[in-house]
Amino acid sequence: MKLRGDNALFRRSELLGLLAFATLILVMLPAALDIFRLNLVGKYLTYAFVTIGLVVCWGYAGILSLGQGIFFGLGGYCMAMFLKLEASSVENTKIQSTPGIPDFMDWNQLTALPWFWKPFENLGVTLAAVVLVPTLFAFIIGAAMFKRRVGGVYFAIITQAVALILTILIVGQQGYTGGINGITDLRTLKGWDIRSDGAKLTLYYIECGLLLAAIVATQLVTRSKLGRILVAMRDKEDRVRFSGYSVSSFKIFAFCFAAALAALGGAMFTLQVGFMSPSFVGIVPSIEMVIYTAVGGRSSILGSVCGALLVNFAKTRLSESFPELWLFGLGALFVVVVLSFPEGLAGVYRSSAPRLARSFVAKLRALWRTPMTRSLDHELAE
Amino acid sequence: MSTHQDFLLSVEALSVSFDGFKAVDDVSLYVEPNEIRVIIGPNGAGKTTVLDLICGKTRATSGSIRFRDKELTRMSENGIVEAGVGRKFQNPSIYDDLTVFENLEISYPRGRSVLGALLFRRDRAVRERIEEIAETIYLADQLAERAEYLSHGQKQWLEIGMLLIQDPELLMLDEPVAGMSVSERRNTAELLNKIIVGRSVLVIEHDMKFVEDIAHRVTVLHQGKVLSEGSMEHVKTDPKVVEVYLGH
Ligand SMILES: Nc1ncnc2c1ncn2[C@@H]1O[C@H](COP(=O)(O)OP(=O)(O)O)[C@@H](O)[C@H]1O
Ligand SMILES: [Mg+2]
Repeated sequence: MKLRGDNALFRRSELLGLLAFATLILVMLPAALDIFRLNLVGKYLTYAFVTIGLVVCWGYAGILSLGQGIFFGLGGYCMAMFLKLEASSVENTKIQSTPGIPDFMDWNQLTALPWFWKPFENLGVTLAAVVLVPTLFAFIIGAAMFKRRVGGVYFAIITQAVALILTILIVGQQGYTGGINGITDLRTLKGWDIRSDGAKLTLYYIECGLLLAAIVATQLVTRSKLGRILVAMRDKEDRVRFSGYSVSSFKIFAFCFAAALAALGGAMFTLQVGFMSPSFVGIVPSIEMVIYTAVGGRSSILGSVCGALLVNFAKTRLSESFPELWLFGLGALFVVVVLSFPEGLAGVYRSSAPRLARSFVAKLRALWRTPMTRSLDHELAE
Repeated sequence: MSTHQDFLLSVEALSVSFDGFKAVDDVSLYVEPNEIRVIIGPNGAGKTTVLDLICGKTRATSGSIRFRDKELTRMSENGIVEAGVGRKFQNPSIYDDLTVFENLEISYPRGRSVLGALLFRRDRAVRERIEEIAETIYLADQLAERAEYLSHGQKQWLEIGMLLIQDPELLMLDEPVAGMSVSERRNTAELLNKIIVGRSVLVIEHDMKFVEDIAHRVTVLHQGKVLSEGSMEHVKTDPKVVEVYLGH
């Protein structure tokens, strides 16, 4: 991996940004926060997976998806199904009329585990499903829409519709999905108690590792020719098409990539928060995810991550004190950002950072040079 | 036609209608290898639509378009490009957000699949080819510039360069000198003369001086139909053409 020149994966400023971010989440936050708050940060960071995907899908390819909750939710549900099955051992559920199946199934008079739950008894299958099920679903939606040249606002509305349908389906099929309450009371992963403080810390670090890997993978995509084709497509779709590219394939790729990342975030959410419910699948959470991305900067990977962290932090703070105002505040924030700062925080930073950085470096140099050169002068004099 | 194989492009009985309006009506057109064919005709005659049909942007209502041994009416747009057909649009169609270099790179005929694009390396061959093309289209000093900042004429050249790098066997240009200054026009004519070597070209143009300079044969379209065809001399003196097009 070369670091300089045209083919470099990261520009120097991006590399510094990534190192600073890695230090923040791996060293500073764990040192400064108690486990409860760190777990909260971990929860916010699950949305960063979604926003990174949206950078590729929306920022680069110009495909606005208002349905990322679908994939976040599917990833989260896949993980939750495994954990729920483990928590529903015959031992733990012997008071049920059918022991060995999840409690909500028993309450809904199911007497056997439905066929589509069976694969989730296996951890390997589950981990594969966490990524594959949502990505496949994205592929189906993407292929159906992009091959028919459905795009723009129509596509956004269709993703909303799918998010709504999925929510209704989950809520309606209580016996199979846990309904409105979702899948709750998750306890252990292969016997490892995920509710303990130690597990929460480990999960936080696993998430950080995955997030950094996701950032590098996304950087690989955006810095490749593929990334430039996505930008070109956003600008002049026909020119790309008549330069010999199958535009729909590239759009499907961008949409599936974003879905896979959102799914990873969803699975980490389930593991760290301990449940998954339809309230993370529907229209409102999907729109919120787009707002995080817009606030942070839709064409900046790290910017979008900061957007997810900051807006969620504000949400926790404000929705505790003024729950009914939060949604209005969020809407207003979105309008302001879209109208005044189309590149979000990253855009604001980019336009002011070089100046700040230069003066900072100059000061550092001055501080560093003076004693050194002085002592050198001394030596030379002697 | 019995001499099917002699033509690079055979358009036969091609028609398309938009809500009952026949924009192209029973057009036949044969282009030989290395021929420069110019299509002229008044506004709305269907010239752009003919190019749209050939490159797959618009689907024909009836008729056939054979390019070598391939039937283009049934192929995907990117398949048609792959077969060797390049198309320049009427308004300069380039990527404003990318540099001149990146604009040309996207048109470089390698790594056109999703995986190919992901693994594409900007190696020496690519660089050298792009620099060579940039030289040809008078943009060697603008390689690192964002395409957005080019002049109108330079944008037209960039798009021609993007086609050139594809190295198509059939190059279709829609009004390449429209909106250009006199000196830009001269440069463009020179550029076209350089790039037509070894390929067939189909050009739509209004500038008669320009047409006379480059055309081997001229096809006149009028209300979606071929009105006349032949050398510039022949077309100019054809009474039908004089009446509807050159006469006023
Ligand atoms: N996609 C379309 N839908 C409806 N009408 C069209 C379409 N494309 C072209 N036309 C019509 O077909 C006619 C020919 O257009 P065009 O080929 O652009 O003419 P030219 O390039 O010769 O000026 C015009 O009347 C135009 O309005
Ligand atoms: Mg036209």
